[in-house]
Amino acid sequence: MSTDTKATGPIVEDPDVPEYTVYGSDWSEVADEAVRLGQQRIVMNMGPQHPSTHGVLRVMLEIEGETVTEARAGIGYLHTGIEKNMEFRTWTQGVTFCTRMDYVASMTQELAYCLGVEKLLGITDDVPERASVLRVLMAELTRIGSHLVAVGTGGNELGATTIMTTAFVAREETFRVIEAISGLRTNNAYIRPGGVAQGLPEGGVEMIRAMIPKVKEGLDELALLQMENPILKGRLKNVATMNLSACMSLGITGPILRSTGLPYDLRKAEPYCGYETYDFQVPTATTDDAWARMVIRMEECYESLKIVAQCADRLEKLGDGPVMVEDKKIAWPAQLSIGSDGQGNSPEHIKHIMGESMEALIHHFKLVTEGFDVPAGQVYQAIEGPKGVLGVHLVSDGGTKPWRAHFRDPGFNNLQALSIMAQGGQVADVVVAIASIDMVLGGVDR
Amino acid sequence: MTDDKNLETVAPAGREPLTLINVREGLFGAKGDTSGFDGLIKAVQMPGASERPYGEWFDGVVDILTELLGDDVDAAIEYVVVDRGELTLYIAREHLLAVAQHLRDDQDLRFEMCLGVSGVHYPADTGRELHAVYPMQSITHNRRLRLEVAVPDGDSHIPSITSVYPMNNWHERETWDFFGIIFDGHPSLARIEMPDDWVGHPQRKDYPLGGIPVEYKGAEVPSPDERRQYR
Repeated sequence: MSTDTKATGPIVEDPDVPEYTVYGSDWSEVADEAVRLGQQRIVMNMGPQHPSTHGVLRVMLEIEGETVTEARAGIGYLHTGIEKNMEFRTWTQGVTFCTRMDYVASMTQELAYCLGVEKLLGITDDVPERASVLRVLMAELTRIGSHLVAVGTGGNELGATTIMTTAFVAREETFRVIEAISGLRTNNAYIRPGGVAQGLPEGGVEMIRAMIPKVKEGLDELALLQMENPILKGRLKNVATMNLSACMSLGITGPILRSTGLPYDLRKAEPYCGYETYDFQVPTATTDDAWARMVIRMEECYESLKIVAQCADRLEKLGDGPVMVEDKKIAWPAQLSIGSDGQGNSPEHIKHIMGESMEALIHHFKLVTEGFDVPAGQVYQAIEGPKGVLGVHLVSDGGTKPWRAHFRDPGFNNLQALSIMAQGGQVADVVVAIASIDMVLGGVDR
Repeated sequence: MTDDKNLETVAPAGREPLTLINVREGLFGAKGDTSGFDGLIKAVQMPGASERPYGEWFDGVVDILTELLGDDVDAAIEYVVVDRGELTLYIAREHLLAVAQHLRDDQDLRFEMCLGVSGVHYPADTGRELHAVYPMQSITHNRRLRLEVAVPDGDSHIPSITSVYPMNNWHERETWDFFGIIFDGHPSLARIEMPDDWVGHPQRKDYPLGGIPVEYKGAEVPSPDERRQYR
């Protein structure tokens, strides 16, 4: 090992090798020049600013003609130090930070983080059932949204814009419900240590039930567009293959692992939030390719809709009630409500702390500014995110802020598979491989 | 933040190899506080070594590992902690590769996946400042345990386990990048998140968060890590 090793420097450091800077249009001239010089091997950068890289991913390709002989991913262009920032904020504020990691599946991070904090506090069993159902509801809506983006942008990158627009229209329906419940479409900060920020708004259950057929319609339309599409089949089938042993050696989880036939899903293997009480299947495939992953993502959306329907039934049955732990030393004091000017603190709560109870004001102030102490120790909490196993390692020094918060983003780990998937294939298949890994660079780089 | 004088008072010689997470002074992180709390010194430690029986499947795993490691077991497993329903094995770095190999290959252990390596910096834990934490996942037996390796700051070498768990390649690069832990034997231990020419390892506690003060109507709010805050 040497500290001089470069991850993002030029691949070829030979001064005799000519270097060209190409921006698409003059590519043929460079290719002609290379032919004239008798060079077969070209090293090419794809990204970091490339429409198919789901953010800012740099892929270094060594190509011979159209064949990729070596592919390497360079990441770090979206590193924002979220984990470091979380060490300087209270445990509750941490939610607002980690939700911005994988911004396509915001509430996945929130859920993993909050379950971790609750394990540290030892209050896992105190979370009200209503909060757990709302968490499952949000996690599944997020999963549908994330899969729709994966499938949609994957199609868009192959030139099938309609796949993208259809998927995004269906995703918008999930956002409508998410927005009505949490106040925001993405980056929700809705799931909090101890529960969730607020319960269902008026008519919430009906709204969820009305959404389900709309999303289903979008999924059906998407399925019609894709499943018998000869171009899509030609582009995805037998492309970016990765078998079970390769997946195991690279720690791949999520739809990529399930496309090899292993039905590994933490919602079944290690249930959290009461997932063991929901009725759903874990779709798998056996063809190991990009097509199988796309089909699995579509099937998972249908399964998630089944869970969402069950959540609606349960929420109806549970009725009104608390969505936060009872412990007033942990539960976030503020209550939100929707006023004429949008969402904000509820007038009743403001009236209570400003006009009625000095102690309530002090309590509110202490919890919001200082936060709560979390007993010293460390925990690891893993959940099944849309993209694979999302792990959170939390260390507390007994104070009001995390000593360390580390996220194992599934995209970060799965992106390691790009070389295996892309090498030996065509340059155009690299795009398919990236889309089938479905990482979001915000989560990869954190 | 912490000076040696205080450390001696709170970390007596010959202590158990408990992880000293932090030594906290005062209540508000500011000196000269009128509250009287600024003289407060509190050592915060990780939960200590657990005694048998560890409960659940934990005893079985430790037994198998003990058998497989043979004579090395006392040197390899420093101590075992069971806390919040999770098993942590503190491993001496010389034996990390052997332990990882056993965890992966033995059919009764079979931890197929290492979920990465998370670094933690404990500046107050003299001689064991940098910790590498490996969560291991067994799909076959549906179990998870944690390996923890502690190394001194001046000699932060840990053998790379990429030969056993190739999936740890990027994770080890990340921990090198953020904490400066050198994973010996890694195929290409380059920075991964920070630029190649970056100086320092940003997740360490002695590395400032940075940021600029915000000025509003003549008053200045310091950057987040400079603010007076509760601890």
